[in-house]
Amino acid sequence: MKILVPLKRVVDYNVKVRPLPDNSNVDLNNAKMSVNPFCEIALEEAVRIKEAGNAEEVIAVTVGKTESQEQLRTALALGADRAILIETDSILEPLAISKVLTKVVEQEAPDLIILGKQAIDGDNNQTGQMLASMLNYPQATNASEVRFDGDKVNVTREIDGGLQTLQLNKPAIITTDLRLNEPRYASLPNIMKAKKKELTIINVSDLGVDINPRTELLSVELPPSRDAGIIVETVDELVEKLKNEAKVIT
Amino acid sequence: MSILVIAEHDNSSLKGATLNTVTAATGLNGNITLLIAGSNISSVIDEAKKVSGISNIISCDDELYKNFLAEDLSSLVVSISNSYSYILAPATTFGKNLLPRISAKLDVQQISDIISIESEDTFKRPIYAGSCIATVKSNDSIKLITVRSTAFDAAPMDNSNVSVESLDAVNALNISEFVSEEIAKSDRPELTAANIVISGGRGMQSGENFHLLDSIADKLGAAVGASRAAVDAGFVPNDYQVGQTGKIVAPDLYIAVGISGAIQHLAGMKDSKVIVAINKDEDAPIFQVADYGLVSDLFDALPELEAKL
Repeated sequence: MKILVPLKRVVDYNVKVRPLPDNSNVDLNNAKMSVNPFCEIALEEAVRIKEAGNAEEVIAVTVGKTESQEQLRTALALGADRAILIETDSILEPLAISKVLTKVVEQEAPDLIILGKQAIDGDNNQTGQMLASMLNYPQATNASEVRFDGDKVNVTREIDGGLQTLQLNKPAIITTDLRLNEPRYASLPNIMKAKKKELTIINVSDLGVDINPRTELLSVELPPSRDAGIIVETVDELVEKLKNEAKVIT
Repeated sequence: MSILVIAEHDNSSLKGATLNTVTAATGLNGNITLLIAGSNISSVIDEAKKVSGISNIISCDDELYKNFLAEDLSSLVVSISNSYSYILAPATTFGKNLLPRISAKLDVQQISDIISIESEDTFKRPIYAGSCIATVKSNDSIKLITVRSTAFDAAPMDNSNVSVESLDAVNALNISEFVSEEIAKSDRPELTAANIVISGGRGMQSGENFHLLDSIADKLGAAVGASRAAVDAGFVPNDYQVGQTGKIVAPDLYIAVGISGAIQHLAGMKDSKVIVAINKDEDAPIFQVADYGLVSDLFDALPELEAKL
């Protein structure tokens, strides 16, 4: 079995993102960039499936600028066997990324595609579902457990209010939620080995996919801020304020 | 212009987020149709007929849709999509799972998680865990949108003029199958629907200590939530999680206990009307968004709070 893990280079989750002074976009100048945390979970799951003897090859792929090679090298250090960069200087929307990924799937014919449920930059939560739709593959989003059952894969999903288990035919698409696993750290020997692994670069224009944006970003602003509150000294004072000032309890 | 709202329900009643999504739809110009697909859904249809703002209901009652699998549900929506300029769904795990599958089939770049409608094609939505608000214009001819329920009021239930037509199921894809579901049973209100939410963070130290929150929640009729740190630490299940990657809540009162206030948590609760923070670290960022802060050890403050409510 072959597993494809599409992943995304995003601003590190510890960075506090602010708008540019002209509000045209967010200010990412000199911001630390990382692998999107949910994509790390996706890669970890793929590597564990391989380590358990259920897959032969894990391929990491990303769509982005040439700098995204850094994140692919990280993926190789974490256990991916090889990597593919679909290079573009444009910022692609999830619809366009999904179209690009269908071309990679056509070439690689993976049995399983595991992605993060959302990227922490755009917070769109779309790419896995869109890719599944374009390929007519079954999907299990927000996965917290993945088990193989003969030709099929059983996936437990985190849904509002609880858990749901689905059985998917392969090839299938899974998107990861937080509790699926805890990603490992790359060891120094593995970081060194990753430098020698295969990383293929394909220009997006060679794929013949329509990547034109469908939306325009008109502005980016800070959210309305909350007025500063007060510090109460005692539980009595808190209860009194909630009853008589805020009037939210009786 | 016509608007289709995809109803979220459990085959017996409508989910609250459907009503917020209808209210968002009324901010667009056009007749609103509510699609109810499920199995044995007559009680849902009866309830939905009262939803203010909609003009008709399309129902599809078929075993195929009993578990709302995105593969089959998306085929059904696509089969009727050419009658609509907008297709809306709540930004819940139901809507997030389903709508991108429809968007891809229609070759549309979906707009996720809108918090306001600026014009017929322009919407505001949070990005980067709500650190920033983006204003986005869609140039697609059909707009597919998920709606953040906390940003719109629930539609009232006073309609008496709704027509209902039924639709046949489309062919099953047979590529995925429902196996089982475990829905947590609780006497408390649902997190996203509660008027009061009390949440615990890493400061709770263990899952057992959440009983301190439970007993206050019982007195206040509140729901219990948690930060991602508390979920990561295994104190409580993931469906307790409030934040960027969990649930978005905006109750009248939000009580954050032993939660430092990372941006990812604030993303899920900072639109609450009144925020209370209880934390022994006076420098915790949660105090910057709290209306009332109490600098105290939660193991002292919680029993006292419970006693005084």
